Amino acid sequence: MSAPGLRTLFQKIWDRHVVRSGPGDWSLLYIDRHLLHEGATSAWNRLAKGGRRFRRPERSIATPDHYTSTDPAGALSPEPEIRAMVDKLMASAPGQHVTLFRVGDARRGIVHVIGPEQGFTQPGITLVCGDSHTATHGALGALSFGIGSSEVEHVMATQCLWQRRPKAMRVRVTGTRPFGVAAKDVILGIIARIGAGGGTGHAIEYAGPVIAGMTMDERMTVANMSIEAGARSGFMAPDDTTYAYLEGRPYAPKGDLWAKALAYWKTLPSDQGAAFDRDVEIDASELLPTVTWGTSPETALPITARVPDPSSAADAGRRAGMERMLGYMGLTPGTPLAEIRVDRVFIGSCTNSRLDDLRAAAAVARGRRAVVPAWVVPGSGLIKQAAEAEGLDRIFRDAGFEWREPGCSMCVGINGDTAKPGERTASTSNRNFEGRQGQGVRTHLLSPAMAAAAAVTGKLTDVRALGPA
Amino acid sequence: MEPFRRLEAVAAPIDLPNVDTDRIIPARFLRKAPGPGYERYCFHDVRYDGEGRERPEFILNQAPYRPARILVTAENFACGSSREAAVWALMANGIRCVIGPSFGDIFFENSFKNGALPIVVDGALAARLRAALHAAPGASMTVDLEALVFTGPDGATHPFQVDAFRRECLLRGQDEIALTLSHEDDIRAFEARQAQEMPWLEVKT
Repeated sequence: MSAPGLRTLFQKIWDRHVVRSGPGDWSLLYIDRHLLHEGATSAWNRLAKGGRRFRRPERSIATPDHYTSTDPAGALSPEPEIRAMVDKLMASAPGQHVTLFRVGDARRGIVHVIGPEQGFTQPGITLVCGDSHTATHGALGALSFGIGSSEVEHVMATQCLWQRRPKAMRVRVTGTRPFGVAAKDVILGIIARIGAGGGTGHAIEYAGPVIAGMTMDERMTVANMSIEAGARSGFMAPDDTTYAYLEGRPYAPKGDLWAKALAYWKTLPSDQGAAFDRDVEIDASELLPTVTWGTSPETALPITARVPDPSSAADAGRRAGMERMLGYMGLTPGTPLAEIRVDRVFIGSCTNSRLDDLRAAAAVARGRRAVVPAWVVPGSGLIKQAAEAEGLDRIFRDAGFEWREPGCSMCVGINGDTAKPGERTASTSNRNFEGRQGQGVRTHLLSPAMAAAAAVTGKLTDVRALGPA
Repeated sequence: MEPFRRLEAVAAPIDLPNVDTDRIIPARFLRKAPGPGYERYCFHDVRYDGEGRERPEFILNQAPYRPARILVTAENFACGSSREAAVWALMANGIRCVIGPSFGDIFFENSFKNGALPIVVDGALAARLRAALHAAPGASMTVDLEALVFTGPDGATHPFQVDAFRRECLLRGQDEIALTLSHEDDIRAFEARQAQEMPWLEVKT
């Protein structure tokens, strides 16, 4: 236990949002911000059926991202059922006075990209969304977590949620990131260490010099994949990098309110000596560019490694799991990861579609040529514009990559953007689950630079080993 | 929400660890509204082949396990996506109770909201129960939420724990929104206090 009065970042935010304590160790927690996408159809339907209204509609932003196509020819799918999901959101939000970023609005994009981009996400707030990657917003020092559609309806109607305090885990990333090690490699390394269920029941605070040295885009990549380690929320303390990022954004406080907010934000970092239920330390100096080989994000290994052998598994259950994964992935134990050929490359998703990500991929693509189909899907219309303003689209196009419209695209594979059965993808997204990018598709997760390297060689490639373009 | 009190039913073992909610219901079915035929989406891609024929190796396709209303799983069951449809798909197949060493946090919450009961047990016990269910296909288990006891396929009883508030809600089939709205005074007082102390959080439209 910590000395009395010492609190973590999490405790400070939590304590400020308790509407009511009890029954038992439950709290009714106030929710400051709510993001909505097309996936909440059933919540809208039940809200309407119950004759209920949004309690605070101005505290929500809605935008279509999951079911829109990223085809430059048009965002609305010709498939009626897919299009109906977008139409439903378009028809529902205005009636409840919820702000809607429509197709054609440059502010539209992936919910977890546009919240921070608009300054709608801020330090010290509670934020939820009916999507498991909501921890992304924790990069700004917010307490954010994914919820199911019953809870979405609950927030719509009450602006509150019943919650029990999770356990506190701190992941300190120390040392220095070697050349070629991206934020994606850091979070894949963390997940490999603690396991896909290692953070279950916990909220993760990412700390240490490597996290403090990251840009906001990099921090979002790390926080984004907290759920891949089992944790609903993950966050890092706000600091000058956070404040510089936020200042001047459309929904960020202005003038006197900015000064007031800033004074509060500076009180948020965990007190020295505050206790965590679990402490993990990762030495970034030991990390290498990383790829996954299986159908769980915990199957992350350095690109210099080989496909593991199930006979090395700790027990029969693990062994069976590995055999199932190798069978699905079509891989043979002992194969060097850097010899695995890929059919398709996807650069995008709420994990890796921000400007830093596109720059990292473009730096590899520049002057080279993609030898397999490679898509670049910016996270929002504004990111697309910013990337075009600095000529990244040109670099990608010249290298034979396809430059597309914003959306969730091939990360979730429900909008028409999928790979073909049996195809192997190198993907900057967050999940390599069976069928995630289309039925029978085999997904290898990696960083944007590593994805671009795979595109120009046609196989999983150590980006550090690429010669001059 | 349908209350949950006591369930006696066939139980099926799911041995794979880290079964994700994409496996429980593939994303392309999330645009389908729950209703007749919804049960077919559950475990669809591991339960049916490309032609829509049942894969005989999948446990719920095997005759003794077909009537299963209880699953005994391995660790981190239903991890990944927040899709509540994972619970709906299981329930459309009659599954009301899942017993395992650990669950995805969001799935765990979603279960209670829909009248399904996830029970956390020690990993060794879960492994023993799964082995027993393999050894006696079609064996039944009993789950008693009022008494907080379940009975394994061998007839041995095991106490389990469920948070008291969740148990109350399940036993009563409580509408949580109605419960929250009964605390309107507290919510209003919080909002007034927050507007005073953190005025930058107000959003002008």
